[in-house]
Amino acid sequence: MPIIEFKDVEKYYGKFHALKRINLKVEKGEVVVVIGPSGSGKSTLIRTINGLEDISSGQLLVNNRDLSDKDTDLNKIRKDVGMVFQHFNLYDNKTVLENIMLAPRLVLKRPEQENKEIALRLLDSVGVADKTESYPKQLSGGQKQRVAIARSLAMKPKVLLFDEPTSALDPEMIDDVLNVMKKIAKEGMTMVVVTHEMGFAQEVADRVVFMDNGEILENDRADEFFKAPKEVRAQQFLSKIIKH
Amino acid sequence: MISVFQQHGQELLVGFGNTLLCSVIALFFSLIIGSTFAIFEAVPSRFLHIIGRVYIEVFRNIPLLVIGMFFYAVVPQYIVSIDGFTAGTIGLTLYTSAFIAETVRAGIQAVDEGQMEGARANGLTFMQAMRHIILPQAFRYVIPPLGNQFINMVKNSSVLAFVAGFDLMYQGDMIASTTFDTFNTYIAVGILYLVITLPLSYYMRYLEKKMD
Repeated sequence: MPIIEFKDVEKYYGKFHALKRINLKVEKGEVVVVIGPSGSGKSTLIRTINGLEDISSGQLLVNNRDLSDKDTDLNKIRKDVGMVFQHFNLYDNKTVLENIMLAPRLVLKRPEQENKEIALRLLDSVGVADKTESYPKQLSGGQKQRVAIARSLAMKPKVLLFDEPTSALDPEMIDDVLNVMKKIAKEGMTMVVVTHEMGFAQEVADRVVFMDNGEILENDRADEFFKAPKEVRAQQFLSKIIKH
Repeated sequence: MISVFQQHGQELLVGFGNTLLCSVIALFFSLIIGSTFAIFEAVPSRFLHIIGRVYIEVFRNIPLLVIGMFFYAVVPQYIVSIDGFTAGTIGLTLYTSAFIAETVRAGIQAVDEGQMEGARANGLTFMQAMRHIILPQAFRYVIPPLGNQFINMVKNSSVLAFVAGFDLMYQGDMIASTTFDTFNTYIAVGILYLVITLPLSYYMRYLEKKMD
């Protein structure tokens, strides 16, 4: 039973056809990397999984809940599905520690003592234990993103979504974030990652999904994909991106 | 001018007290009502948008004096008996709340969209995100314009003079019409308004600095 399943999902923004006939399954514990040129629908795809974008038709099942059903409580889905954004989206008016503790306190009603212990442990594991009382604007991009990852993990999600998590970072900070993501992947987290980091994809991904023009053109085991992508457009994309 | 304070100190004190009381009540309720309608305009609901829009446009675009007179002359006649002070204070609250709603709405819009998105993705409900993340940041942005609204509100409370609200302006008019010493009377009244508005103005500035 897949934890995420798209069945003939379509998405329109007005007349613009953003997602075309998407069929995709993600099994528990899988790491799926979504790649493709900008404007190909990767971000839209990943944002439908926690309901930040609604779908126009088709069926989308996440953790046995149907997102195409208007009565589905999105807050319940979001309890189980964390998301890490390109621009971090940390709470600017809260300290690092409060960023992590707020949602577990409000949504999960986690006892304060336990909440703090978990938060501190997570901050330690992502390497920003010394920044608990800082505000987001006092952190570097890499630190912000690691705090954002810790914030998602504090909810003990079943799935973590990453929407270009390293695209807004200075080059020297990218590895810190990728290393944290690799660690999480090895611990068995189900992850869907939109990224241009091919090294990460090669090392960590179980499967690679290649999108272009709102369509999934290729959905392969990672090793096979990197050995020889079947689609011409995927080959072209890969050769361009790996040259750099 | 000192003689005005000496001879009519009692009346001026009553007026000052009423102006202060009216201002405090109107400030409190207009902030709550205004913020509520500002939130209405941020909620993804067409129905609430329309309600918010209608409320703001009605009370923002009718002169305060007309609103005050409505509560002073019309409401007691047809609905419920209220005195001039109450009528004027209600009118002032509703009028001011429309401006505060516009101000707070601008503040909410100034908060980066990613804040709401991050909060919703993190599992917070819309109202939780508003309360803990969006509004605290929005209020920080709007402290200076909010300060202007509060100062305007204190000055606008002089509308109570027209509805027998026994405020500072009303008492000033009374004193001036009996003593004919208009010059000194209105200077005394002006000074007493400054006693409220200047500390308010400096307090808002202090808040602004403290938030940075």
